[in-house]
Amino acid sequence: MTAVESEPRRAVATAARPRRRVRRQHGDNLAGYLFLIPWLIGVVVFVAGPTLASLYLSFTNFNLLSAPRWVGLQNYIQLFTVDPRYLHSIVVTVIYVVFSVPLSLIAALVLALLLNAKIKGVGIYRSIYYVPSLLGGSVAIAILWRQIFDSNGIFSKLLQLFGLPATSWISSPGLAIWTLIFLHIWQFGSPMVIFLAGLKQIPAELYEAASTEGASKWRQLRSITLPLLTPIVFFNLILTLINSFQAFTPAYVVSSGTGGPLDSTLFYTLYLYINGFTNFRMGYASAQGWVLLIVVGVFTAIAFITSRYWVYYEDSEKR
Amino acid sequence: MTALDVQAPVAAAPVAPRRRRARRIWRSVLKHAALLVLCVIMLYPLIWLVVSSLKPNGEIFRDLSIVPTHLTLENYMKGWTAQEFPFGQFLLNSAIVAVGAIVGNLASCSLAAYAFARLRFRGRNLFFALMLGTIMLPFQVVLVPQFVIFKELGWLNTFLPLIVPKFLATDAFFVFLMVQFIRALPKEIFEAARIDGAGHVRIYARITLPLMVPALATTAIFTFIWTWADFFGPLIYLRSPNEFTVSIALKGFVDAQSTSDYGAMFAMSVVSLVPLFIAFLAGQRYLVRGIATTGIK
Repeated sequence: MTAVESEPRRAVATAARPRRRVRRQHGDNLAGYLFLIPWLIGVVVFVAGPTLASLYLSFTNFNLLSAPRWVGLQNYIQLFTVDPRYLHSIVVTVIYVVFSVPLSLIAALVLALLLNAKIKGVGIYRSIYYVPSLLGGSVAIAILWRQIFDSNGIFSKLLQLFGLPATSWISSPGLAIWTLIFLHIWQFGSPMVIFLAGLKQIPAELYEAASTEGASKWRQLRSITLPLLTPIVFFNLILTLINSFQAFTPAYVVSSGTGGPLDSTLFYTLYLYINGFTNFRMGYASAQGWVLLIVVGVFTAIAFITSRYWVYYEDSEKR
Repeated sequence: MTALDVQAPVAAAPVAPRRRRARRIWRSVLKHAALLVLCVIMLYPLIWLVVSSLKPNGEIFRDLSIVPTHLTLENYMKGWTAQEFPFGQFLLNSAIVAVGAIVGNLASCSLAAYAFARLRFRGRNLFFALMLGTIMLPFQVVLVPQFVIFKELGWLNTFLPLIVPKFLATDAFFVFLMVQFIRALPKEIFEAARIDGAGHVRIYARITLPLMVPALATTAIFTFIWTWADFFGPLIYLRSPNEFTVSIALKGFVDAQSTSDYGAMFAMSVVSLVPLFIAFLAGQRYLVRGIATTGIK
């Protein structure tokens, strides 16, 4: 819908009933609230209420059986000073995020660029690359992964082919985390589809103009494609960042719910689950939840704040 | 590009175009080769899973081959009955939860989206900002209080904690997706309906819903995929084996330390993935569009 189309119609509308427009500014109050009832209940009961409640619980000792007992900042102090497993879970999660997010995004971007060139069978390639993202979050795939990287799994057999020792990556502390990073990278399909959609939005005229002025393909990539794609990169970055901080299922299945071997796959959420639902330290788990909320919030804020230095928005130049 | 087309320029510049064309073909072959190799790498684990589930137990880990020497359905029959309840029970449970979640999301999210996209009421912008904020909220934050609520309601060990929140539009990304979709519809349709005297309920039910079928389809498919693969929710809320969903039942294969029966575990893993794959084939169009417009996974 362009401005040209809507202009005359709006003129007619304002001329015909100038007063009603003003009166109808909030004319749908009742209908609006009625339509919103389910969402409003949901937000209050299951989202906003619990968010505040868990803030309160994070300052208490709470085991689900007796009433919460106020302990002030004790949970937070314990998390950061007395609990080495907690600090370790942060390290594990950070390693996971730092490697899996950039690597999967780079894979997604490269493949999207390759597929965006007019080649035959784009649809088929796109579907095949997307399948792992579709299935990757399931327990079945986590089970499969566990077997692939075990000592008799196909990955070990592959290493043997190249004369490397066949160790179980799943049960060696230094390597187990890498199987989970591989699992994440294997699912590059969904950011790739988002990149592909973004690439389609770039006007073809830009490339035509660049070609006639003799810009090489490489130059076009650097000066047109990448700058215009930065909003999508940004979007993908935030999305994968938030998701990977909350990864749970693969770590749980691969380590049988323990985070082992030697806590090397003790993801943040896994340790939160163990505290809350195995040890029933619900107040302690709530404190962990709130730290996660703050961390995710800070990361998102950093991404937003830095975005104006590296994200190119078309309309910002017009202003 | 036909032979005739090529002939003409060749006369003018005999060498360069032919060499360029050869280089282009060569490059395209290379590209396809690389893309195909990647396809094999991506699919190899899945194919290996399916083939292994059809191999006799002793042969699974013998070699890398994905060509089985003799196929058997034995693993499927053993896996189906390996646990306290037949695997069909777990499939049914997962289906009940998934259908409940889909109906809930479609109904509640479309109502909220209609209000945000089409109605003017006090506090709309504030509510909309709140809705966007809840998309970012890590669910671990609300985990404990939600658990307490469901415990107080006596809903532990039922499907209700997995279904009821969906009827209250707690999956905010779908509200967002539908708002975007409704806003993109031509305004004239809604104005015409208003002039004809249609109320909001009618405009919502008779005009908006039929027009937003693509957005509803996207929502339904993603809800299905996520609910089917969901592990955390069932892990917390479902404790009795007759209520287990497929995810939790599969975990049972891992837990059983005696598991040397990889074949049965793989067979049921394959069974659990089949519905996801069918959903993918049926709704590929909507999936791709949904990912592209909102970036949901």
